[in-house]
Amino acid sequence: MEVMERVEKEISRRRSFIRPINERIAKLRKESVEKEVKVSSERANLITQFYKSELTKGKSMAVQRALAFKYLLEHCSLPIEDGQLIVGIRGTGVKEVPTYPEICVHSLEDLEILDSRENMPYRVDEETRNLYRDEIIPYWKGRAMRDIIFESLPKEWIDAYEAGIWTEFMEQRAPGHTAGGERIFKMGVLDVKEEIRKKMSELRVSDPEYYEKMEELKAMDIAADAILIYAKRYAEKLNELAEREKDPSRKEELKKMAEICSWVPAHAPRTFWEALQHYWFIHVGITYETNPWDSFNPGRIDQHLYPFYKKDIEEGRLTREKAKELLQAFWLKFNNQPAVPKVGVTAEESFTYNDFSKLNLGGLREDGSDGVNELSYLILEVLGEMRTLQPNTAVLISDKNPDRFLIEALKVASGGFGEPPFFNFDDVIVKMLRQGKSLEDARTSGVSGCVETGAFGKESYILTGYFNLPKILEITLNNGVDPITGKKIGIETGDPRSFKSFDDLWSAFLAQIKHFMDIKMKGNDIIESLYAKLFPVPFLSLWIEDCVKRARDYNNGGARYNTQYIQLVGLGTVTDSLSAIKYHVFDRGTLSMEDLLKALHNNWRGYELVREILKNPEKTPKFGNDDDYADEIAKRLVDVLVEMIESYPPSSSRRAQRRAYFLPTTVHVYFGKVTGATPDGRDAGFPVSEGISPVQGMDRKGIAAVFRSVAKCDWNKTGGALLNQKLTPDLFETEENLLKLAQLIRAFFRLGGHHVQFNVVSAQVLREAQKRPQDFQDLMVRVAGYSDYFVNLPKGLQEEIIARTEHDVV
Amino acid sequence: MIFDIKRYTIHDGPGIRTTVFMKGCPLSCFWCHNPEGITRRLEIAYFEYKCIGCNSCVIACPLKAITVDEDGKRNIDRSICDGCGICAERCPTNAIKAIGRKISVDELIQEVERDRVLYDGSGGGVTFSGGEPLMQWGFLLECLKELKKRYIHTALDTSGYSSPEVLEMIIPYTDLFLYDIKLFDPEEHKKYTGVSNDVIKENLKLLSVSGKRVILRFPVIPNVTDTLWNVKGWMGFISKIQGLKEINLLPYHSVEEKYKRLNRPYRMETQEAPTKEILNWLKEEFESIGLKVKIGG
Repeated sequence: MEVMERVEKEISRRRSFIRPINERIAKLRKESVEKEVKVSSERANLITQFYKSELTKGKSMAVQRALAFKYLLEHCSLPIEDGQLIVGIRGTGVKEVPTYPEICVHSLEDLEILDSRENMPYRVDEETRNLYRDEIIPYWKGRAMRDIIFESLPKEWIDAYEAGIWTEFMEQRAPGHTAGGERIFKMGVLDVKEEIRKKMSELRVSDPEYYEKMEELKAMDIAADAILIYAKRYAEKLNELAEREKDPSRKEELKKMAEICSWVPAHAPRTFWEALQHYWFIHVGITYETNPWDSFNPGRIDQHLYPFYKKDIEEGRLTREKAKELLQAFWLKFNNQPAVPKVGVTAEESFTYNDFSKLNLGGLREDGSDGVNELSYLILEVLGEMRTLQPNTAVLISDKNPDRFLIEALKVASGGFGEPPFFNFDDVIVKMLRQGKSLEDARTSGVSGCVETGAFGKESYILTGYFNLPKILEITLNNGVDPITGKKIGIETGDPRSFKSFDDLWSAFLAQIKHFMDIKMKGNDIIESLYAKLFPVPFLSLWIEDCVKRARDYNNGGARYNTQYIQLVGLGTVTDSLSAIKYHVFDRGTLSMEDLLKALHNNWRGYELVREILKNPEKTPKFGNDDDYADEIAKRLVDVLVEMIESYPPSSSRRAQRRAYFLPTTVHVYFGKVTGATPDGRDAGFPVSEGISPVQGMDRKGIAAVFRSVAKCDWNKTGGALLNQKLTPDLFETEENLLKLAQLIRAFFRLGGHHVQFNVVSAQVLREAQKRPQDFQDLMVRVAGYSDYFVNLPKGLQEEIIARTEHDVV
Repeated sequence: MIFDIKRYTIHDGPGIRTTVFMKGCPLSCFWCHNPEGITRRLEIAYFEYKCIGCNSCVIACPLKAITVDEDGKRNIDRSICDGCGICAERCPTNAIKAIGRKISVDELIQEVERDRVLYDGSGGGVTFSGGEPLMQWGFLLECLKELKKRYIHTALDTSGYSSPEVLEMIIPYTDLFLYDIKLFDPEEHKKYTGVSNDVIKENLKLLSVSGKRVILRFPVIPNVTDTLWNVKGWMGFISKIQGLKEINLLPYHSVEEKYKRLNRPYRMETQEAPTKEILNWLKEEFESIGLKVKIGG
């Protein structure tokens, strides 16, 4: 059984990476990994109590929101994981996830689905259901943001949404998509309060926005007080626990933790431990205030923490070992907070417990020098040894970073769970500069979510929804009609049988995209202004520059930079489809448009040979094989799509620039489900291509050819683009191979690639895991910009990952 | 005529490389793992597992050389087939594949230039393999000259079976030789490869004084090349030649499947790879005469 042997070897190799530093961490990790995810009703209950009370009366929207936040932090329970070193948790305990009915109120059916679904359930107990039935739903139905949004959007928007042309990020989760910058690590809450006080004193009544600004500042001040109350409550609780604690060393520890909580977040942190706790309080605050997309993240963590680490080590307060223990404890805090429970389309587009907090490592410092330090390596170690679903990481690679950093990161990647992904930091800077950011802000920028670049601590870069390019091609080929429903939701761009050249098709396709883009942008502005008016986030606004300085809320354009993104999906599928039509229908005449349309309509029934030829990279030019014929189409598409999106004027409320990302999370599965057969030989219902990766299994010339193909497109015009590659473990096996992989990545980045991540796992192992899921509970793989447990993925996604081409040693 | 260009090859010389596989070889080693590289002409290979039984090939063949047997398997009558490749063109799934394509020097240079950024960053370059690249020495020479003009590192993976004059022309444009040594005894060599090794030994001496880097490559074929007699023979020979410093041991693996596709008999009896013990023994032996030994390419 040679195959089985290989599978066993690979699996035991993967498992050998997990190494908690001591018993305590091992115990915490076990709890964090194994505990079931549960819906916690506490937050929903508190927020409903608050809004039903007299407390909102006569208050501005901003102040109401701040008071609600304060109410939450005054009354929420204060769980402490046994043995933890960092306190604070969103929810009532490990993996007990709160809900946000003011944004999206789950129906009883939603709760039922969450509780009973096979993949990634959220357990909902009887009490929660009753509470929802009697209190939460009756109050929030019609008042929740989601209801208001759907009420406000035009019919044409709803039609396209229902057809699966796009998804909408803000229907169930609040705007987020931002990361912490230096500010968080250098300022205490009291410092921020002082800023607020000063700003208030500067405000003049003659300012036409005096009222709004003053209310916003008041709200910020209340939100600042709220987190102080929360920390104070924790300090008291820790002292109580310390008194009762029998174990003298834990007793000391609890006392120490109480001390830390009495200092931070009120004051700026002074030590490594304080810095971690300080950040964590703010993280919990932001993710408690709303359920923001991409959670929140500490940004360039190795650089932010380094001064504390260095000083502590120098002054003998800390050892590398102790720092590692603290980091591992910190790591698990992220994993203890699964994503909020999503339903419907939102669940389909982001089907995971992962909440996308992403820690950035490496890159450059503000002055342009190499940003890698000892902590970068230490955190890489922690990443490999903890191997938890969360947090995610990003390894930022600049030409100035040492090979050692890249190789150490590749060693972690060789563990096979998809982390860390690699980013071209020199080009991240180019992207930021192109968008008009200052050089310093560009150098302190990074990557959040999956592959999304942003000016950390200074930008609100809101992702608004995925955009289904293959579906629009399908509608183009049906002259504006969605063949699945028979509804005409597009415009008439002509019967494709009448097209004389590829250019005719190209123009029709672009016109169709423009039609839908217009509707989507309109919707974006409506939703943005709803959040600006109805949903201020005073707590988040404390930490993102220049909200306090401008006395403007994060959701209303307070950030220094404001951007709005459309995430384009299916580049590979659309490129290959257009290439197939160009090649066979127009250039070579080997297939008539009539036959092609019939074949698509019948999902290839009766046209199996046609499909075989269209699916065959040696018979039909495909993206990902360094074949200019197909790659040119991809390049042109990227250019025109970026140009189209950027041609829209800034948004109405935040004055946000419009930009493009190419990334999918799990939406390529959903988009595939709603899209019929495509001319690249894809069957109806099969996932479309993900990110900017070539269509699954169509890249046959090896990884160097994929890199060349991908790098022909001008990614610096986008905010980021996601590339998945599946490599066999032997490519990572020797130091020499690792060095060559490092050189390959550097070459890819020199050519202009933005990002690449690796699934180091063989198809054999994945097949085996499908057969015996019980033995592969811990098998983590890369899905899109994050990793997930393979056996938890829905079947369609499992198959899609297996179908990706596996590149091996030549 | 070449039969493949592989990119991101990491075992055919320093750095990241592109390997060009040239078609045609004067040897026919029993264990040859690129049997499609032996003949000089275009050949048709049949990959049974890809066949969907559509009969496109049967209909397309102008010489009616393809038939269907009772198991539904396609049979190519090699005595009729003239390698025109029409069947391969028509096959929707590449179950029938034409092996070999003509390529000009310009085209080849253009293709390998695609990975220039990989060579530059890694100290890599282009390796010519095969087949025996020296068989098409005129083409090879032009390619090598052009590559050197472009400051691209060049390597040649060769059996050494060519006239010394050809080798002397090639040497100035080749940075690295991957030089196969198989059986020491000329008769044995002839038995397993079809040719005697006199000229191979002579050429190795010639190379060793050229000052170019030479890595010997020793295929470890159980009970054929890994015998005490053979190993000692080579050791004696090598230790007399100055300038040979490195050797790679290439463990045998069975490639029977590849022969089936071409309807060729696979003459190797053993399917087993050499044991770790044998490889370690060989490593020690060759190290004892001062060679740097690496297992694998």
